[in-house]
Amino acid sequence: MQQIISFIIKYKYFLFFLLLEILALTFTIQSHSFHKSKFVNSANVFTGGIYKKINNFKEYTNLRNHNNQLLDENVRLKNRLSKQFLDSSSNSITVIDSVKYLQKYSYTPAKIINNQYHKKYNYLTINKGIVDGIKPDQGVINSSGIIGITNTTSNNYATVLSILNENSNINVKLLNGLHYGTLIWNGKDYNILQLDDLPIQANIKKGDTIITGGKSTIFPEGIPVGSIIDIFRENNSYKSINIKLFNDMSAIGPVNIITNFDKEEINKLEENLNNE
Amino acid sequence: MNDIIKNSLLFISLILIQIIVLNNILFLGYINPLLYILFIIVFPLRRDRGLLLILSFALGLIIDFFLDSGGTNAAATVGIAYLRLPLLKGLMRKSEIDFPVFNVSKLPFTTLIYFIAILTFTHHLILFSIEYFKFSEIPIILSRTILTSIFTIILIIFSLLLMNKSKS
Repeated sequence: MQQIISFIIKYKYFLFFLLLEILALTFTIQSHSFHKSKFVNSANVFTGGIYKKINNFKEYTNLRNHNNQLLDENVRLKNRLSKQFLDSSSNSITVIDSVKYLQKYSYTPAKIINNQYHKKYNYLTINKGIVDGIKPDQGVINSSGIIGITNTTSNNYATVLSILNENSNINVKLLNGLHYGTLIWNGKDYNILQLDDLPIQANIKKGDTIITGGKSTIFPEGIPVGSIIDIFRENNSYKSINIKLFNDMSAIGPVNIITNFDKEEINKLEENLNNE
Repeated sequence: MNDIIKNSLLFISLILIQIIVLNNILFLGYINPLLYILFIIVFPLRRDRGLLLILSFALGLIIDFFLDSGGTNAAATVGIAYLRLPLLKGLMRKSEIDFPVFNVSKLPFTTLIYFIAILTFTHHLILFSIEYFKFSEIPIILSRTILTSIFTIILIIFSLLLMNKSKS
């Protein structure tokens, strides 16, 4: 006993050092594993508040860009609206069908108050949280593509797992085809992502557009992602496919958070399936 | 008392400078100098090393909170905080250091450079190794460590010069 105590006293700084290192490594491992509540995140009152203050200043320098983005989106939506009036069937026949108007998705506007794209595990911070109805695992998009998935939430802020994160796996498909794949990132260039798990039967060429697949409850089908720029084949399968994003991940301003109203029902159904 | 106020001011201002300015530099797309380790370099030398270990852990963890990086910065800062005293003893080649009057900026210039360079390099190496944590990424870890270290060392030396000038 005497020896143990004298050992502890002799090496107290080293033991204390080890303790702190183990604590730090635990936090690191916790943050690298997906789907776990994380203690260290920037969605708290303190860090979120400071980022919001900083963003108040930064926002002014990007106002022109953000305005143009919003203008583009407006024009695109107006064009889509004007196409609908050409459909003569909807003019002459009045259909009273409440099922037809059942809403599946709703969108919440938010602002990115902290953006990262130079690390291997990138996270964003947005200025909407539990008070605004934001939960973990909701999709985040902007007018030109997908951004990520909400990860941890506090009352007024949320962190977003960026698509530029090695833990991110998003179901995507080809615009002109029915084949599905997974969108991943190898951590190198923040404009180039990789398409994985695409079967060799899929007939692809450079310049093909990739959109979200809608096979998960997070993103609706058909949100643009990017276009194919490189295809590497090996042993009669696709070794890797590089995709250039439509989005510039280094300059994103206003975003939308997607709420899926059917999510709970689908998740419950799938849980029952797993329990059987 | 004066020392406590001075060091807490330094602690807070280094965090704010790191978050507001330095994390947005992104020179060549990914280089952000990490000036906040200046705190560990200039913190008064004491026989009791517990306080420095706690403070450096807190410093690293606050930076981690802002960057969503888990505990990588905390692990790296605690590492160099532990290494500081043995390194100083080794560099000065004598076992006795006059603890109460010791001041980093009174070191001979070359010793000071060695001291800053070794601490910075170790910090960045630990930081990027934990962040990437793969044998196949060793080239990226080394290139990021070296490039970021250069910028951090230059910034630390400049801020040390500034701090001394304002004092005298």
